[in-house]
Amino acid sequence: MAIAKKAFVWGLFAAGGTVTAFVFPVLIALFLIVALGDVPEGLQFENIHAFATNWLGKAALFIVISLSLWHAAHRLRVVFHDFGVRMDNAVANAVYLVALIGTVMTAFYLYQI
Amino acid sequence: MSRQPYVRPVSKTTWYMRNGRYRKYMLREVTCLLVGVYCFLTIWVLATLASGSPESWNALLASQQTPVMIGFHAIALIYFLIYQSFDWFKLAPKAMPVQLGEHKLPDRYIIIAHYVAWAVVSLFVFWLAGVI
Amino acid sequence: MSMRQMELEVLRYDPEQDEEPRFQNYSVPCVDDWAILDALNYVKENIDTTLAYRWSCHMMVCGSCGMMVNGEPSLTCKTFIRDLPDHVRIEPLENFPIERDLVVVLDDVMEKLRMAKPFIIRKDPPPEDQEFTQSRAALYKFKQYTMCINCMCCYAACPQYALDSSFIGPAVLALAHRYNIDSRDQGKAERLNLLADHDGVWECSFVGACSEVCPKSVDPAAAVQQMKIDGAKEWWKQKLGGGKS
Repeated sequence: MAIAKKAFVWGLFAAGGTVTAFVFPVLIALFLIVALGDVPEGLQFENIHAFATNWLGKAALFIVISLSLWHAAHRLRVVFHDFGVRMDNAVANAVYLVALIGTVMTAFYLYQI
Repeated sequence: MSRQPYVRPVSKTTWYMRNGRYRKYMLREVTCLLVGVYCFLTIWVLATLASGSPESWNALLASQQTPVMIGFHAIALIYFLIYQSFDWFKLAPKAMPVQLGEHKLPDRYIIIAHYVAWAVVSLFVFWLAGVI
Repeated sequence: MSMRQMELEVLRYDPEQDEEPRFQNYSVPCVDDWAILDALNYVKENIDTTLAYRWSCHMMVCGSCGMMVNGEPSLTCKTFIRDLPDHVRIEPLENFPIERDLVVVLDDVMEKLRMAKPFIIRKDPPPEDQEFTQSRAALYKFKQYTMCINCMCCYAACPQYALDSSFIGPAVLALAHRYNIDSRDQGKAERLNLLADHDGVWECSFVGACSEVCPKSVDPAAAVQQMKIDGAKEWWKQKLGGGKS
């Protein structure tokens, strides 16, 4: 008997959940503010591009997006289980693959900025 | 005396409709779909930034400025606040008990600390974005 | 003190005669400060002696009288009729097989209790020539988790246990946690290897129903979350430290 690999995924889930709980409301709020037509100074192309060129900005964006993806992936796996879908291995592989793809895409685009 | 224990069937697909406690739990769990959507929206934002052109950036901003997107973001914000953030803060004291001498720090202080931290983070990001 | 007429709708199941459970109605004249257990006792003594159910202390310490009262896992000695409507539906604890009437089969959880290794595990011998003391602060750290009376209301409330009874479950995990955070104990890694395995702590999705129904305020949900954190830390420790401890 040993500690299951789920310990690792749960750790990512917990860290991701903390990040989303604190950061996502303001993130969604920014989308909403832009949608309402008022694009603030910091979201003009030059400024946000500068933010994302800065390595600290890159690190912050990568951590937020990547951890949130893993949080969502693990929770979605549990949701499938709660909705009666029993193919846990298939579901787990699928959701973690999507999280991995998202993580790689994030790293790729951040590298390009 | 013969035994014949009876196992009551539980619906694996609709058990959460049985009471309010389970329904609220499911509403919390499905916030993960919102998280996924906004993660990929943000990745799209990064992709647009990576293209390096202000025109495509402005096009992305304009694409958000429709009634549908306003409604989506507004509903997502309220739903997310209630069922993810505030719920997470309420549950946090259970995972991180703080013992002071012989007494446990009452939950409400830990919850309030989370709200304060959330406010600070939000204000910081708003400041970075130039909203305030 | 006044009287109140209660209508009880009680689940009946006779394994020798019934294919499946049915409900039987009893009209019970109750004294207004009774617990619902008193109403059941009235039924047993005056109306229907064939009704089978467990109870003992009538004071919330033995854990025998757990049942579903209007769909809520409750200790019937702690559920007072003044807090209930006139019509009360009484069923055996959910998520357990029904033995007979309101009696459930608890074998599954009884076997799981030993997985918690509910005893102090020592690697080092206790101090010689002096008592092995524990400060009050150290005691109060785990005291709430000692209050469990094994009433199994938490298992009746837990949807993960309902969906898959191989889940170890709230009470057993809370019991293990009680020992893990006992300053005298050195068996945390040993317990985690057993309980942070499949069907253990990770099957919990923090619904929190267990803590809401617990009649002794043990808060098993908190114990499980803290055990997840311990399990995650131990996993890293084993990966980085190399090998199991």
